[in-house]
Amino acid sequence: MRPMGRTQEEYYRGVRMAPYDLVKEIVVALVGVGLLALLVGATLSSPDVAPVTIATWSRQAQVDFVTTATAELAGSTISAGYGPPYNAAGTGQSWGPIAPQSWFGVHIAVDSANAYVITPLQRASFSNPALRSALSTWQGASANQQGKWLDAYGKALGTATVKGGRISVAAGSYGPLPEMMSSLVGVAQSGGLDGLLVSSDRFYQTDYTQPLLFLGDGTYLSGLAEQAHLTGSQWGMMNETGSYPGQTWLWLYTMWYQIPPFTSQTGFLGINSGNADLLVIILMTLLTALLALVPFIPILRDIPRWVPIHRLIWREYYRPKATAPAGSG
Amino acid sequence: MAIVNKRQEVVQKRPASWTVRTRRALEGNLPMDHLLPDRQPYYVGSWVYVFGVITIAALAWVILSGVILAFFGPQWWHSSGVGRFVNSVHFWSVQLFFIAMVLHLWGQYFMAGWRDGRAATWMIGVVIFGISVLTAFTGYLSQQNFASQFVAINAKDAMNSAGIGSFFNVLNFGQMYGLHVMLLPVGVTFLVVAHLVMVRARGVVKPIDPEGVVLP
Amino acid sequence: MDAPTTYLHWGFILISLPNLIVMGLMIVIFAIALVAPFPHSDKADNGDRE
Repeated sequence: MRPMGRTQEEYYRGVRMAPYDLVKEIVVALVGVGLLALLVGATLSSPDVAPVTIATWSRQAQVDFVTTATAELAGSTISAGYGPPYNAAGTGQSWGPIAPQSWFGVHIAVDSANAYVITPLQRASFSNPALRSALSTWQGASANQQGKWLDAYGKALGTATVKGGRISVAAGSYGPLPEMMSSLVGVAQSGGLDGLLVSSDRFYQTDYTQPLLFLGDGTYLSGLAEQAHLTGSQWGMMNETGSYPGQTWLWLYTMWYQIPPFTSQTGFLGINSGNADLLVIILMTLLTALLALVPFIPILRDIPRWVPIHRLIWREYYRPKATAPAGSG
Repeated sequence: MAIVNKRQEVVQKRPASWTVRTRRALEGNLPMDHLLPDRQPYYVGSWVYVFGVITIAALAWVILSGVILAFFGPQWWHSSGVGRFVNSVHFWSVQLFFIAMVLHLWGQYFMAGWRDGRAATWMIGVVIFGISVLTAFTGYLSQQNFASQFVAINAKDAMNSAGIGSFFNVLNFGQMYGLHVMLLPVGVTFLVVAHLVMVRARGVVKPIDPEGVVLP
Repeated sequence: MDAPTTYLHWGFILISLPNLIVMGLMIVIFAIALVAPFPHSDKADNGDRE
């Protein structure tokens, strides 16, 4: 195979060359970009909205916190019914026979009821006889009885208020749930749940799967996100907190989430809001492959020939040349 | 010294040394004056040509500010004024990087830069774009602030739907941070070097000509 | 800069002002790059090496 160096000689044979200082160009670019980044960085800073903690959540939105914790016990939260990779409660997203979510199975097991409610309460019951008693009542009850308490309490929480720092619901038959949830709020507000959900019996920890899933199950975090225009149906992937530019390069990825069939329940060709994530990934993978293969795709590779932008870029080349004797350059 | 065979033909003797063969391949495909030429075809005369080098300059500042951030650890910039400034340089360099890269893509598209044996250069460019988006994504996840929380909670659904959520767990800070500061920047840098070498080995593409027109 | 920003809404398009500014700037910069004169050395060169 002919070496590229020799090929370049042939490629440019007869082409007039002009001096061009590449090293000066990169140095100027480095200095220029550097000055710009330093200046803008110094004047406009960068976004840094503090993270939400479970402690804050349980203080600022106690009813939502207790509602979510109750739903975790009942297995009715998003994460509890998610399916792979967290549990086998659901099948996940699919499009006809294409169902990668269920193909790869459960690899990050999360037992919502125990992780978010029972285990933290068991630890908190160490010096709390009332809580210990409530817990043993709960664990001694049949699944049927537990279900009745959960249903009743869940419904009552729909009209609950916070009085004197505690949840107040209409009178009803809730079993040990009010005692359990009241203790859980105490653990949460002290920061104990944040610590427990992250450390999980390990000293060092860098995996925030459990606390993030828990936060995601409630409406407090998502409510704040909605205010900041970060949610999926608000082109959120593209946006940043505050007045900062976001990830404008994700415009096409997030655009699909704003239009049918990805937004509709009934959908089209099996594509609907229920499997939008899977379909958008498939679509964007195909489009990216298409972009990579542009050199081989008719029409796409011919558009540059038809659109006269290149005539501006190379206007010196396309300028009509006066007829000149051969050999002049 | 010419080596002559039985039919009195001059035969180039293939060197036994792999080192010599490697050196000759490099010299043949990327001689120094093609790697660092001081001349370009006269038609390289548009500002559209500078977007590539601006992208590289922005990447250099992303890496420099990123190295400083990595040195002091992921929590530094939240509690230090200097750290916040370095993070800001990192943030705005990333903006400049993507702006310049997309402008470079527009330019190369309308110049049909893939012609004359340059398809691989174009394809590597698209891959660099994809990996850069992934690198930025892991960066947003590594910020340890409100944005990271919500991005993680939202993005997990996309990863999980594709079946890769347990291998690429966006809720796992340690994994995302490691990918962001080490594995992905190495990937981006390696591909950018390959892209540059390919550009220099072949030289810039010639202008588009209508069919049948002979180039001067 | 941490104050909430303006969002513009046209049909299904919802875009923040900062993002719109970035996109607008990109188009303007590309257009300028297309038309702005590029400094040239007028020295003709027929392949002489220094």
